[in-house]
Amino acid sequence: MNEFTSGFWDFYIALLTLLSIVACAVFLKSQSVRKAPGDAETTGHKWDEDLAEYNNPLPRWWSWLFYLTIVFSLAYLVLYPGLGSWPGTLGWSQVGQLKEETRVAEQQFGPLYQKFAATELEALAKNPEALAIGQKLFLNNCAQCHASDGAGSRGFPNLTDGDWLWGGDAKAIKATIAEGRTGVMPAFGAALGGEGVTHVAQYVRSLSGLTTDSLKVAFGKEIYLQNCIACHGADGKGNPALGAPNLTDKIWLYGSAQPVVAETIAKGRTNQMPAHKTLLDEAKIHLLTAYVLSLSRPAR
Amino acid sequence: MKNDLNLAELSLYEVRRKIYPRAVHGWFAAWRWALVWATQLVFYGGAWLTWNDRQALLFDIAHRKFYLFGLVFWPQDIIYLAVLLIVAALSLFLFTAVAGRLWCGYACPQTVYTEIFLWIERAIEGDRNARMRLDRQKLSPEKVLRKGAKHGAWLALALWTGFTFVGYFTPIRELWSEALALALGPWEGFWIAFYGFATYGNAGWMREQVCKYMCPYARFQSAMFDRDTLIITYDANRGEPRGKGKAKGDCVDCSICVQVCPTGIDIRNGLQYECIGCAACIDGCDQVMDKVGRPRGLIRYSTTNAVEGKPSRTLRPRVLVYAAILGAIIVAATTSLVLRVPLKVDVIRDRAAISREVEGMIENVYRLQIMNTTEQARALEISVSGLPGIHVWGEGTVGVPAATSRMVPVRVRVEPGVAPGSHAIAFTVRALGVDGVEVREGAAFIVR
Repeated sequence: MNEFTSGFWDFYIALLTLLSIVACAVFLKSQSVRKAPGDAETTGHKWDEDLAEYNNPLPRWWSWLFYLTIVFSLAYLVLYPGLGSWPGTLGWSQVGQLKEETRVAEQQFGPLYQKFAATELEALAKNPEALAIGQKLFLNNCAQCHASDGAGSRGFPNLTDGDWLWGGDAKAIKATIAEGRTGVMPAFGAALGGEGVTHVAQYVRSLSGLTTDSLKVAFGKEIYLQNCIACHGADGKGNPALGAPNLTDKIWLYGSAQPVVAETIAKGRTNQMPAHKTLLDEAKIHLLTAYVLSLSRPAR
Repeated sequence: MKNDLNLAELSLYEVRRKIYPRAVHGWFAAWRWALVWATQLVFYGGAWLTWNDRQALLFDIAHRKFYLFGLVFWPQDIIYLAVLLIVAALSLFLFTAVAGRLWCGYACPQTVYTEIFLWIERAIEGDRNARMRLDRQKLSPEKVLRKGAKHGAWLALALWTGFTFVGYFTPIRELWSEALALALGPWEGFWIAFYGFATYGNAGWMREQVCKYMCPYARFQSAMFDRDTLIITYDANRGEPRGKGKAKGDCVDCSICVQVCPTGIDIRNGLQYECIGCAACIDGCDQVMDKVGRPRGLIRYSTTNAVEGKPSRTLRPRVLVYAAILGAIIVAATTSLVLRVPLKVDVIRDRAAISREVEGMIENVYRLQIMNTTEQARALEISVSGLPGIHVWGEGTVGVPAATSRMVPVRVRVEPGVAPGSHAIAFTVRALGVDGVEVREGAAFIVR
């Protein structure tokens, strides 16, 4: 930023501020008395030729209040940052205040979360008080992608169906939330060719019992066994260690229609769950895990 | 001080001249005292009333709940505060148009507390002349004792006022035990001291200066006065030329009206912006008139028209319009309060997952922010309408504890075959086991 600014502007602002304050003082002094013609009791203002204003003097302490504001502003400018780049003798800053308020909030609300930190996740998933807190955390941090009910949407996994890409035990869920996950399905379009992709898609769909062409399925199976089993396994049940989906459970992250499955195979997919440990502390992730665990129902 | 041939230097600020209002008794003073009692019984007593095992009047800012006997207001009810302020303003306009500064003279806290503080001052230092003498005296043990006693009594009353005021915002009984144990929280202590100091300063020291220099009302009242407005008037036709003797008018120039005036003006100079309409000069003058055997009412409530011998009327368009608007707003607000449903619902659509297909159905997800504003726990049934076959999937009944707000995720499903686009639907949330507690709230159902 230094190439865009220079010390001159700090000086300029400080000078303007101080000049304004001095000008205010001079103005106040000059306005406390007024020269009026003769011994009239008017302020000397005249409108419309003959309309005059009576002088109704304010109490003296009133003018002191004005001078007090000048003293206040000078004290303020010494104590707080306001005069150019002067940081103020109190060392106050916006960032400092935010940190302080965050610290106070942690201190106040921390125990609420800490209370559950030592409880086993499986037990916590049945504790209504913990789940109420977990739900609030979920609605604030997770519902944007996974929907308010946790059932996800296209491209964002459903957390309520008992099917887990990266493992559904408490430890795996916690790791997913804290560390995030990146699931990559490589693109096979170039390697398999258009027809090959169609055949594999037919085979993959047949694994979940969707109507298919048996001949294409047979061709597809050949190609599948050569290209896909490293991740999805020979039986198509996937591999939670890699985040490779189970292809036999009738659950489709991007949809089950033939063109959609073909697109997944041809172009690949990259799916990211962001890491939350930088956003939420351990105790909150613990509660969130319990809530997500409570959402999950056994597989059909 | 002349600097120039024709120019005089005029100070726009001056040292305030202290005013020593003389005690006054009479019909209007009695009215003022009646209103002092009425308002202060309500103010000091109201905070201690109990309703449903809680404080009857409590404005709980921390929890954003505002209790008024059986009613519980939430921040969403802020409209009623706006209506209350409008009613207060219109009442002020109406009363002012009819009879001038009635509010200022009888019920404004500045007047009421000044009256109480003046009473204390009189009880300890004596009436006008005694007080003026005491102020002129050199410092003496008696002066220190009297001044000390006065300020002690003022401060005690002021602190009690501050305490009572804060007691409307934090439970007063707990506040009282904290105060007794000298264990007030820093903010409670600060606000009690703040309002206590404001009472002491305004009613003890500032007095008429608040009305003259701070209150905007003095400056715009002339917009609401007209020639038919009752104002406190000196009848110059009857009174002048003032003085004692046969050839003189009824005014004996005793200056009682000036001595009793809390703002230090001479009402015989006509209507002035300083006049708060307290009618102390009427009471004072009437007593003098009784003594000198002249009819009362040399200073009286009258209108400009009446004093000039022209016909005067109370019911004029200005008054009728103010009254009509005021009446309409009061009726509307009362009706709205009576018909108020103690249940609030906000519908928030899920924004990322617009629409999805689940088990062959089209599903949208919503969050319902349900606020149960009663003091009983409620079981609520959520239903939805607006499309053929539309229904809530999963549990349609939720429990919301007393005076609590709860966020409930709701899935709504329709059969496929609905045209793509946005469809207007409506949620209905109904309390089970209670009649008439039902809220309908619109939303959009989106089909891709």
